[in-house]
Amino acid sequence: MDIANPQSPPENQADEGPACRVSYKVFTDREIYDREQETIFRGETWSFVALEAEVPEAGDYKTTYVGDTPVIVTRDADGAINVVENRCAHRGALVCRELRGNAPSLECVYHQWAYDLKGELIGVPFRRGIRGQGGMPKEFDMKRHALVRLRVETICGMVFATFSHTVVGLREYLGPLPVEHIERIMNRPIKVLGTQRQYIHGNWKLYAENTRDPYHGSLLHLFHTTFGLYRSTQQGASRMDESKRHSLLYAIAASNDESADKEVYGDSRTFDTGFALQDPSLLKSRKEFGDDITLVILALFPNVVLQQISNTLAVRQTVTYGPDAFELVWTQFGYADDDEEMTAIRVKQSNLIGPAGVISMEDGEAVEIVQQALARAQDDTSYIAMGGGRPDDADHLVTEGPIIGFWKNYGELVGIEDLVD
Amino acid sequence: MGAERRVEAGAGDLRREVEDLVARHAELIDEDRLEEWPELFTEQCVYKIIARENVDRGLPIAAIFCDSRKMLVDRVVSLRQANIYPTHHYRHILSTTQLDLPEPGEPGAAGLIRARTNYVVFQTRNNGETSIYNAGRYLDEIVRGEDGALRFKSKLAVFDTNRIDTLMVRPI
Repeated sequence: MDIANPQSPPENQADEGPACRVSYKVFTDREIYDREQETIFRGETWSFVALEAEVPEAGDYKTTYVGDTPVIVTRDADGAINVVENRCAHRGALVCRELRGNAPSLECVYHQWAYDLKGELIGVPFRRGIRGQGGMPKEFDMKRHALVRLRVETICGMVFATFSHTVVGLREYLGPLPVEHIERIMNRPIKVLGTQRQYIHGNWKLYAENTRDPYHGSLLHLFHTTFGLYRSTQQGASRMDESKRHSLLYAIAASNDESADKEVYGDSRTFDTGFALQDPSLLKSRKEFGDDITLVILALFPNVVLQQISNTLAVRQTVTYGPDAFELVWTQFGYADDDEEMTAIRVKQSNLIGPAGVISMEDGEAVEIVQQALARAQDDTSYIAMGGGRPDDADHLVTEGPIIGFWKNYGELVGIEDLVD
Repeated sequence: MGAERRVEAGAGDLRREVEDLVARHAELIDEDRLEEWPELFTEQCVYKIIARENVDRGLPIAAIFCDSRKMLVDRVVSLRQANIYPTHHYRHILSTTQLDLPEPGEPGAAGLIRARTNYVVFQTRNNGETSIYNAGRYLDEIVRGEDGALRFKSKLAVFDTNRIDTLMVRPI
């Protein structure tokens, strides 16, 4: 199957230097989506499901998804966190129908089968029949009808789960560089400040590309650039873990270089000296980390981004709904010991992020305009070469290296290496 | 919120004036007259578009939160100059407005009118399809300025539509 770019016959492609070409099938094909659910979301990966701070007390629960499989996250009486599939062992109903709550057990409304917070079946109405009639067979063994349990591990208050019995432990799966940056942000107890949900009509991997793409930062998100929060001429770096499935982008605002900016942006529409905020209190910030890093986008494969943008701290979880739809669940937080002024700073700065974020909203549009153009592009590929065309780390932000790293890892994991060139 | 008061018959003109203000807010947004929109607010105002999911839990994060008229202007300028978003048109549909008027002598609430209005915003995009984009209710605090005009001292759009479609760039 020749999936090369029809405009550039295979024999000429090497003239342009190294590049990665990804078949657009991966964004539109239903079979590939289903295969991803098995090999990625129910495969050898860890998916983010909750912040511990979302289920602080015994009996607290939250419903969410791993890929598109519904799951329940619970805190049981021992203080342990459990993640179970949200599907009754009886005839398949959703056991938990609320977004969140607190309950001593999980009870399915259909026939009132009850499970403890670890997912063990503890109650079956009329198990022994009524007045000698009906009831379950005497061989019926409740222990064999628990909710499907996922493996759970937490790191610094982030809860991950996996269906896999064989995937390595969470810290090993993440790798030392992601672990270091999780520990940097999640350095002490947090408190949740709110949730936002952004539904995007596009393939989830277009967002995975977007969050591994420092190249677009100053070119699509024009608000940033004008106010010096982020520019491609800023000091920053792009790093991946060893497997190249996870990506760290960071930037240091203090390193803005005005004369270099003018030279670089001269030709593009992003350069605008006349734009000034009437109320700059939006950008009021407080240094709260030991370093000068003001932006961190830590994309953890497959389904979460941990971010720091100035004083906004958040996780962005991806929930997949099909090849052409996913939802970003943004959960913003601060530290439990934030004073009122710090919370107010974070709340005001939250205008920058989220579905209405003046510096993040465009990612929704970027994903959708790709999905819309791909309707009949299954025989063509993308062309990814900025920064050198290889999955390399960089000491700058003018690169697509981490996107290539993502695709190489993806191709192997899903078993479709032939679609990633 | 203060205790509810029945609006008296003589307050019919005031009700109309308040409803006109609430309707004008929607009209300026729908007709893309965004440069006129911040003038409906007092200088030190609060404008918050927030999911019921957060309000119910007492959590502060809003989709859009402005605490000055200048921040409203900045949001408009950002929409005009910086942000990139799909072409869209809004159409607000509003319920009748319910008023809570301050009791004479109620401390600290002199001249403050509280108003509640349900709203739905329909959105139409390039493909011509109109969808329900955002449904919720406005909780407004309205005052009369020295120039005699009513303005929003505070406007909360508490929306049921937790799932924001694509993005939100325009005020609700």
